[in-house]
Amino acid sequence: MNSKLRILYNGIVADNPTFVLLLGMCPTLGTTSSALTGMSMGLATMGVLICSNVVISMIKNLVPSKVRIPAFIVVIATFVTLLQMLMEAYVPSLYAALGIFIPLIVVNCILLGRAEAFASRHSVGDSLFDGIGIGLGFTIALTILGAVREFLGTGCIFGASIYPEQYGALMFILAPGAFIALGLLVAAFNAIRTRTAK
Amino acid sequence: MIEYISIIITAIFVNNIVFAQFLGICPFIGVSRKLSSAVGMGAAVTFVMAIATFVTWVLQNYCLNPLHLGYMQTIVFILVIAALVQMLEIVLKKVAPALYAALGVFLPLITTNCAVLGVAILCVQKDFALGEALVYAVSTAIGFTMALCIFAGIREQLALVEVPKAMKGVPIALVTAGILAMAFMGFSGIKIG
Repeated sequence: MNSKLRILYNGIVADNPTFVLLLGMCPTLGTTSSALTGMSMGLATMGVLICSNVVISMIKNLVPSKVRIPAFIVVIATFVTLLQMLMEAYVPSLYAALGIFIPLIVVNCILLGRAEAFASRHSVGDSLFDGIGIGLGFTIALTILGAVREFLGTGCIFGASIYPEQYGALMFILAPGAFIALGLLVAAFNAIRTRTAK
Repeated sequence: MIEYISIIITAIFVNNIVFAQFLGICPFIGVSRKLSSAVGMGAAVTFVMAIATFVTWVLQNYCLNPLHLGYMQTIVFILVIAALVQMLEIVLKKVAPALYAALGVFLPLITTNCAVLGVAILCVQKDFALGEALVYAVSTAIGFTMALCIFAGIREQLALVEVPKAMKGVPIALVTAGILAMAFMGFSGIKIG
């Protein structure tokens, strides 16, 4: 069991896809104008990642290594299409808010990266936990970034007002704020890691 | 004519793919350390984006729509783009070795560049005619190349500057990109037609 916990920890902290590996930057910046949209994007990606990781680790011995990348892409695209239909049916407002970033989960480098680096080499169980760990790491990162931007921009976190909206810096909801907030958060994560490593 | 100009200006400046739409950030951060590689990447993206948009537009309008297979869009588009990039690589190697030598390293990276798939899907969502879609794809790619080149120029200077240890590398690049995005917001007032 310890090794499974280790995989989870690696996914969330040591190999955090956003703050350490710097993968999946487009949805990270594009969907975090509020904590809620950031968290939903993280959860959506996590769902696809867990499913694709499990399926890919199941079929890893059946797929010839020459065509493995296209095969992985088809598996990922299938789950993304499923997710697209489910979200359109059950949470249409969220589906509209996340817009083009839902189909674009297909080209999120985290998914193909984990398929190639982890799921195609490990057992189904380990791949499942890797999907959960990396997915959680991504979700947590997106939620933090979304919360920071929402707080600075509108004075709310998850829609709950902390201070009056007119004092918020609108810039943090807009494009420049996304880049700046993420840059500062990555720097903060770096600083914390070097301090704890000492 | 005026609608084409409007599409061009909007795609390059107002809705710049990197600074306003957050697509293609990975190559934007990854391949922008040197100006020469930024130009190469930009050219490769322009090339692939134009061809991919043409092929996916034709597929969507003459194959998926008549057969009511709209839900297959994501799977079909990503496979078409992946296959296209592979084919381009083979064709370029034979037909134009000089061009291949210049673009070669960047071509495989483009398969997972979300800007290419993003533009293909956006063209369908916006209901563009074929001509409009092609103009949109090319001008979006020009906007991407421009953003990449400006950013590479800044990063070449940035490499010489002393920044706090934790900010080194990507964090300071992201903050710089934020300030650039702020500059690009100045274009958002432009209205044509």
